Amino acid sequence: MDLNYSTEELAFRAEVRAFLEAKLPQDLLDAVRLGRGIGKEGHDRWHQILNDQGWLAPTWPQQYGGCGWNAVQRHIFEEECCRAHAPRIVPFGLTMLAPVLQKFGSDAQRAYFLPKILSGEHWWCQGYSEPGAGSDLASLSTRAVRDGDHYIVNGQKTWTTLGQFANWIFCLVRTDPQAKQQEGISFLLIDMATPGIEVRPIILLDGTHEVNEVWFNDVRVPAENLVGEENKGWTYAKYLLTHERTNIAGVGFSQAGLEAVKRLARHQLHRGRPLIENPHFAARLARAEIDLMAMSTTNLRIISAAAQGQAPGVESSMLKVKGTEIRQEINDLARRAAGVYALPFASEAVAGDNNALSSPEGSEAVAAQYFNNRKLSIFGGSNEIQKNIIAKVSLGGRT
Amino acid sequence: MNFQLTEERQMLQDSLRRFLRDRYSVAARNQALTDPSGYSPEIWGQLADLGVIGALLPEAAGGYGGAGFDIATVFEELGRAGVVEPVLDSAVLCGVLLCGSGTDPISPRDQKMIDRLIAGDLQLAFAHGEPASRYERTWIETKAVDEGDDILLTGRKSVVVNAEAADLLIVAAREAGSPGDRGGLSLFCVRPDAPGLRMRGSALLAGGRAAEMELDCVRLSKSARIGAAGNAADRIEGTIAAAEVALAAETLGAMETAVRLTMDYLTTRQQFGRPIGTFQALQHRVAEMLIELEQARSAVINAAGHLEDLPLVRDRHIAAARNLIGRTGRHIAEEAIQLHGGIAMTAEYELAHIAKRIVLAEHRFGDADTQLERFIDLTAA
Repeated sequence: MDLNYSTEELAFRAEVRAFLEAKLPQDLLDAVRLGRGIGKEGHDRWHQILNDQGWLAPTWPQQYGGCGWNAVQRHIFEEECCRAHAPRIVPFGLTMLAPVLQKFGSDAQRAYFLPKILSGEHWWCQGYSEPGAGSDLASLSTRAVRDGDHYIVNGQKTWTTLGQFANWIFCLVRTDPQAKQQEGISFLLIDMATPGIEVRPIILLDGTHEVNEVWFNDVRVPAENLVGEENKGWTYAKYLLTHERTNIAGVGFSQAGLEAVKRLARHQLHRGRPLIENPHFAARLARAEIDLMAMSTTNLRIISAAAQGQAPGVESSMLKVKGTEIRQEINDLARRAAGVYALPFASEAVAGDNNALSSPEGSEAVAAQYFNNRKLSIFGGSNEIQKNIIAKVSLGGRT
Repeated sequence: MNFQLTEERQMLQDSLRRFLRDRYSVAARNQALTDPSGYSPEIWGQLADLGVIGALLPEAAGGYGGAGFDIATVFEELGRAGVVEPVLDSAVLCGVLLCGSGTDPISPRDQKMIDRLIAGDLQLAFAHGEPASRYERTWIETKAVDEGDDILLTGRKSVVVNAEAADLLIVAAREAGSPGDRGGLSLFCVRPDAPGLRMRGSALLAGGRAAEMELDCVRLSKSARIGAAGNAADRIEGTIAAAEVALAAETLGAMETAVRLTMDYLTTRQQFGRPIGTFQALQHRVAEMLIELEQARSAVINAAGHLEDLPLVRDRHIAAARNLIGRTGRHIAEEAIQLHGGIAMTAEYELAHIAKRIVLAEHRFGDADTQLERFIDLTAA
């Protein structure tokens, strides 16, 4: 056992830190630190900076323009990005679709799409969930019917994250309604500019527009946009989901969140003393930190095994459950720390022209974030589904 | 023992429930939230006509209720429907403040304000908390300085709910002593357009609006003082006690709605070929929500039933109720969202609004942790 990072890993961390200090624009840093949105322009700008550095695609093999980093390096990179308040890299093209294309796509698809993901020319979104197919994804009903050298797509997708910015969508569609549920599904790439597609915003409880409904009405998609074989889409979807679940523990987010709570609790006063000295608050904060320390090591144990070539199994479900529980607890602590300043709508209480009449810095977005992050235990396979997986794999054959 | 409501309260509950069921749809509320005042003035008038405001104030002040169970009965219904009108701020906080603590007679000017309030013709806001107060009732730094015939107010008030819509503000300020002292506190009636008073308003995440407020040598005549000089701590504490009973009952009503919506959803939402309510893992969680809901109901009854007791007894029961409601409320709100899945996160769906009200109620007058500390202090006292 050696709990320390190697000399090379420490050097890598220093290199990442220096890059972030030099290249992360201050306005993006501030927006992320205070929990504000950065819009399409902000995402595009950060995307470009990372691409210029050659660090945009940590999970890609080098032959396609990736960094070729191992799991420990990727972890260090993510941790440093969170620590520095860098924007999240939008994952749909880079870490979800790209691995599928690299493994199952045609040469033509790889040659056409992968460079456009890196350049930012294509912004992808994910067309998986449907109103009737959430946790039970395989019951999806969006239809694609072959018509000569096209598919005609009809149906509705939902919870399409940042779909309002996207110009391409990868979709699971039903191509054989007669087959058993998981065997009649195909994986289709669709240009959002195709006639018959409509994107409708869903406003969330914190007032943000982050997800959408996407409607398909007789949308003609060239057959060459089918990935792999017809009716084999479920295999590709499952492969994609294993990639969606990288960085599932969100250790970096939790660490950054914990620091933010501490900053806030140092400035909020209770009976004339900083809140962080209040024993009840301090006890809750300490419990969260203790949980995070252990979970962070669990995460490193799994990453370290992955770096040596072992595929994570049920552990990724465990990390999803524990990681989201800890993040949500930290969000809860942040809203508590803000006291009455948790009440105003984030977007309107932001420190503006007049500091004397604004919320204290760092307090304005905490309640919105608390509510928004209820999603963490719902999406990407709800925590209930993860627990079913853990139980099924662990008890398998015993009951 | 008798846990039945009196006939009058039963009638009030029935008529209010019927009114809100007929008139307070999700669509109507979402519409009200877009009003510049943060609520619907029309609904406000109708609530007054129904007698809702009068029911919160004692007969001695021209009301027809004012006891803990009157307040709890009204607010459970308001919470059940997710009402955003400022009944808590205008009617309970300011109304009860104006009614005084019993030893302090109500002045004719204050009585006139109470009458207009009950009639639905007056909006008020209580400018109490400050940036460093953090739920402490007497942590007031705003200064009231005596200047001959006048008083000068200087300080800052944070998250003053209903401030922009208020015709008049009731401002808590210190004439003597230091933050945390019970002595030296006074209340003043201040016009929102008084020179030296600045406001910056914003919408609240759970509905309604509030403002940050700065008072820079706001000049008042001494007649603007409400009650005796330097003696307002009892009034403030008694008023907030009533408001906490109201808030606890409102949260209970919202929790009932959250549980009902969740049970409805579990019986209709199909996944894996059957209603998700048939999965035992989810059934047990609903069972826990129902158990906690009964605990919450009992806690509200305890708090309401002790509102007229001596302050020490009163405040101990209220702190207990608010701690328990804070804990169970968070649990029920989070479980209701989780068991619904994504749909519960959408602004248009009723549960989103209800869950926000449950959770954010903790941020008024003290969250579960603050109430726990208060309970410990009061138990040791």
